Amino acid sequence: MGMTITEKILAKSAKRGKVEPGENVWLDVDVLMTHDVCGPPTIAIWKREFGEDAKIWDKSKLVIFPDHYIFTKNPHANRNVDILRQFAKDYDIQNYYDVGTERYKGVCHVALAEEGYNIPGTVLFGTDSHTCTSGAFGMFSTGVGNTDAAFILGTGKIWEKIPQSLKFTFRGEMPHYITAKDLILRILGDITTDGATYCAMEFDGSTISSLSMDERMTLTNMAIEAGGMNGIIEADKITEDYLHERIDKEYEIFSSDTDADYKAKYDYETSKLEPFVAKPHSPDNLDTVRNVQGTKLTKCYIGSCTGGKLSDFIAAAKIISGNKVKVPTFIVPASTAVNKQLNEETISGISIKEIFENAGCVVAESSCAACLGGPMDTIGRAVDGEVIISTTNRNFPGRMGSKKAAVYLASPLTVGASAVTGVITDPRDFL
Amino acid sequence: MEKIIKGTVFVLGDNIDTDQIIPAEHLVYSLSDPEESKKYGHFALSGVPLSKAGLPEGGIPFIESVAKENYLSKFTVVVAGSNFGCGSSREHAPFALQVAGVKAVIAESYARIFYRNCVDGGFLIPYETPVKLNGKIKTGDEIEIDLNNDALENLTTGENYSLKPLGDILPIIEAGNIFEYAKKTGMLV
Repeated sequence: MGMTITEKILAKSAKRGKVEPGENVWLDVDVLMTHDVCGPPTIAIWKREFGEDAKIWDKSKLVIFPDHYIFTKNPHANRNVDILRQFAKDYDIQNYYDVGTERYKGVCHVALAEEGYNIPGTVLFGTDSHTCTSGAFGMFSTGVGNTDAAFILGTGKIWEKIPQSLKFTFRGEMPHYITAKDLILRILGDITTDGATYCAMEFDGSTISSLSMDERMTLTNMAIEAGGMNGIIEADKITEDYLHERIDKEYEIFSSDTDADYKAKYDYETSKLEPFVAKPHSPDNLDTVRNVQGTKLTKCYIGSCTGGKLSDFIAAAKIISGNKVKVPTFIVPASTAVNKQLNEETISGISIKEIFENAGCVVAESSCAACLGGPMDTIGRAVDGEVIISTTNRNFPGRMGSKKAAVYLASPLTVGASAVTGVITDPRDFL
Repeated sequence: MEKIIKGTVFVLGDNIDTDQIIPAEHLVYSLSDPEESKKYGHFALSGVPLSKAGLPEGGIPFIESVAKENYLSKFTVVVAGSNFGCGSSREHAPFALQVAGVKAVIAESYARIFYRNCVDGGFLIPYETPVKLNGKIKTGDEIEIDLNNDALENLTTGENYSLKPLGDILPIIEAGNIFEYAKKTGMLV
């Protein structure tokens, strides 16, 4: 019996020739990532357990991105960033990207890719559930809590159960009116929010091979919404081209054996898919945009690690260009690099940022912002019984800041079309 | 560790995500400061829509809000449906339940990170039930969990149920948390 890509990477990390699903193994961690919400409690546990003279297992492998609660007056949130800043200073952490400096990057999962920390064949843990995003680079990545992160910080190791794998194959050309967001919403509708619990979600097929890294990251990002331990896509030329612009390191590319064992396989003919939404209040509450079109909105939101990458804004701008938005529309670039690209990339000679500004959108600074509600003064936060369509990842009750709000999740094309009309709108009406 | 857990039950539905267990706006407080961390108990389960809190009737707040600073719940065992703790990786979620006095959760299934956090952080015991219990046990019922026999007795109704054995995670629970377990097994000196 062969092995899946996930099993091969975990076997290497566990220094084993072979691993099997269900086995518990100790892994060597290549990168530990943390941020302002979970970094301070992780540091506190690490000091509690290893003492005041605690040593970091390998400083070069620790990466810290303040990104969650950044542009707020909340004193407790600001104190968390102060704790990270002091920690980075005390321990001389080179990979710390401080707020208010030119080093500030924004949302960790997008910044990990941009800064060259995502390397095929490696193992990355982070104190954030969307750490599974990095799997788009043919690597193993997953989220953990503060205690596990503190254990890694002191030892470089963590126990993990080898997951069973699920395979999702998409074949054929991607229609121009859908994006990777529609693919993952469809999967969630099919397998539900616990359909991949403790499993690896592997994506392949000719459609996936044609996707940009931005789009691949949208797929792996939302593996956690199905309960997945990790999402993974084999590295190929598109991956390597992205990497060669950023890093000069050796790496190993892994791929699944043809006789590897899968818990289940799902096949999709991509041309038959259409624009989807996840209706309130769960990411698996699937429907077609056509079935809910006309639903009156109070706000549109384009941002986050899921839907705040350059490709997401280009998609939305294609529809918004030359129009005015009918409801307040928030544009929150995931990273400062994406923000910069909004000024540089153009459609018909007009920058993406100008297209949004001319349409009346609010363009905010890079951070996680209202995707997870955040402090009361967070830009775009849901209030009362708002009806919102968003490119973000979760719509459980209260996720964007108000338990009374109804949040629809959709692709940037669908959110762009809906911003222009003020009601949920199928992007095919514009394309 | 306690081998017998007795308590009053708070019943919830399926897919209780971490934003419902502890809404994100509260994640700014210290978890290590003994006084400040009581905030987590005060806001535990405050994200659950009131109509779905304390089933079957609902409308029962987990924390009595009469006293503004109250952080202890009269409910010390949570019984829920499937996929409990889905969503974010925040360890603040099992921590908040622990601060509020919860000793164990009994659910049909758990999201992976929440489950790990309960065990590796030593916050509470995440028991799985092979049968749906959130339709059988009511909020306010008194129950007893016997860890030696993976058994649950509803003291209010006299009904008995078997729970799934804790399996691989039992040694970590018995040790206290992942650090103590690693020391016991020689992983950590």
